[in-house]
Amino acid sequence: MGKRIPIVDYLVLGDGDPHLVANESEVSGALYFDRRNADAKSGAEGFRRRTLANEGAIRTFTIVHRAAPGVPTPYVSVVVDLDGGGVVKANLLNVEPDPANVSTGMRVRMTTYPVGTDDDGTEAIAFAYEPATPSSTTGA
Amino acid sequence: MADRDVWIIGTHMTKFGRFPDKDLIDLGAVAALAALADGGVTIQDMDVMGAGNLFEASSGVGQRLQKQIGQTGIPVYNVANACATGATAVRCVYMAIKSGEAEMGLAVGLEKMGKQGLLGASARSDKKTYEASGRYGAVMSVEGRLGTTLMPGVFAQAGMEYAGQHGGVGFEQFAKVAEKNHAHSVLNPLAQYQKQFSLEEVMNAEMMSYPNTLLMCCPTGDGGAAVVLVSEEKLKTLSDDQRKRAVKISASVMTSDPWTDADQVQPDVNTLTREAAATAYEISGVDPADLDLVELHDCFATAELLHYDNLQLCKSGEAGKFIDERGPWRDGTTPVNVSGGLISKGHPLGATGIANLYEVSTHLRGEAGDRQIHGATVGLTHVIGLGSACAIHILEKATV
Repeated sequence: MGKRIPIVDYLVLGDGDPHLVANESEVSGALYFDRRNADAKSGAEGFRRRTLANEGAIRTFTIVHRAAPGVPTPYVSVVVDLDGGGVVKANLLNVEPDPANVSTGMRVRMTTYPVGTDDDGTEAIAFAYEPATPSSTTGA
Repeated sequence: MADRDVWIIGTHMTKFGRFPDKDLIDLGAVAALAALADGGVTIQDMDVMGAGNLFEASSGVGQRLQKQIGQTGIPVYNVANACATGATAVRCVYMAIKSGEAEMGLAVGLEKMGKQGLLGASARSDKKTYEASGRYGAVMSVEGRLGTTLMPGVFAQAGMEYAGQHGGVGFEQFAKVAEKNHAHSVLNPLAQYQKQFSLEEVMNAEMMSYPNTLLMCCPTGDGGAAVVLVSEEKLKTLSDDQRKRAVKISASVMTSDPWTDADQVQPDVNTLTREAAATAYEISGVDPADLDLVELHDCFATAELLHYDNLQLCKSGEAGKFIDERGPWRDGTTPVNVSGGLISKGHPLGATGIANLYEVSTHLRGEAGDRQIHGATVGLTHVIGLGSACAIHILEKATV
């Protein structure tokens, strides 16, 4: 089996426990997925790593029908408010791409899926979201 | 010198469309020369110039333009600020006059895009050996793999967020925006498209990115627009006719997007518009209810609906009700985009933020022909460039 790498470095594949990490401002608590020179919220330097939750609620969405060449359509793009902080954009999987099946506030959880293999046999893994089952979103 | 008012004395825009027989500089030169003539002045009278263009931004567009309309040695500010590029060129000239450094200046916005399809939608060309690069450590293009960042999708998501927060907003309300703007464009001979569509035709058009159908998206195209600005002191020395047709800039405001928790993944087009609008209303003393017409940034139908609320054209959260009750139609309470808007008039990026000044000025002068909003005395223009930049101008019919 070839090597597996994340599509972006803020996805940590782990050992069967994939999750997202963010750079958190030590001053304001603002979260960033990319490398930042300073905090856009406060202007302060200094960040720490923070693991983000795998579950959240859909803040907004669209269903993309005409996309860049090579992108399979239709697909659902979602912006997700993660439990405990952090807002992320990704595809929504395991649901028919129809407005009747997607809504703001809908509970979702993170999943991963392969998006390609390079000439060295390295497989790239992306994250996405899927509808959360009731058992995974209740009981708190 | 905050009390030094700045006025528009000349303005022009080319028809927007696709003009393979004209190059970029042709478009700007036509607009600039006609704006100067409209103001009864020449390039020799200009103390400063702003040139707004995006797609050839590194080519010294202002200086290239000067070689066709007059090289007089004045300072030229070449600016690029996404879809707010034209308005930014105006701001450069406005600030030079406001500061007292210049008495008169020319701002030109020009763009040649042709037919481009989805902006930024380049074909995937993933590397054959994955290697993390950039600030996100991406090993390949993430477009379509981690959601969408293309314009129809970004603005669709902005619209659906509003719909999720407020009742009475859905696909039909967004579609009604495009129905209106296409209907308005029929009266504007300068619009790229002048074709009316029923609400059903808008909703049944090819879906681009739900809820935006093809008829709810602005086209790419070519065009130029220009304004000649003058200080109030200088205006007082000009002829009766020049003074009579002059339009006062009662507010000129720019903002960028302040930090929000989601803006790293989904640009926030609301906060910077709200802040610019509040400042513009405060500076001008104009109440939103006083506006006789508004030209706002309807790059997509979903965007226009948000800005009804952001610009305080309706009560908070009631943008859906506003369009349902035909408030923004040309015979409504606050006519919005009577030019046809970007959706029908077209959106050559660098020209857009000046073309809307042309439109409102022309109504305030009572020279808008068939599409004239009768008795118009005050209007507002608004543009947003993603990234983001917002510019708002409030214009008033007045006399010196």
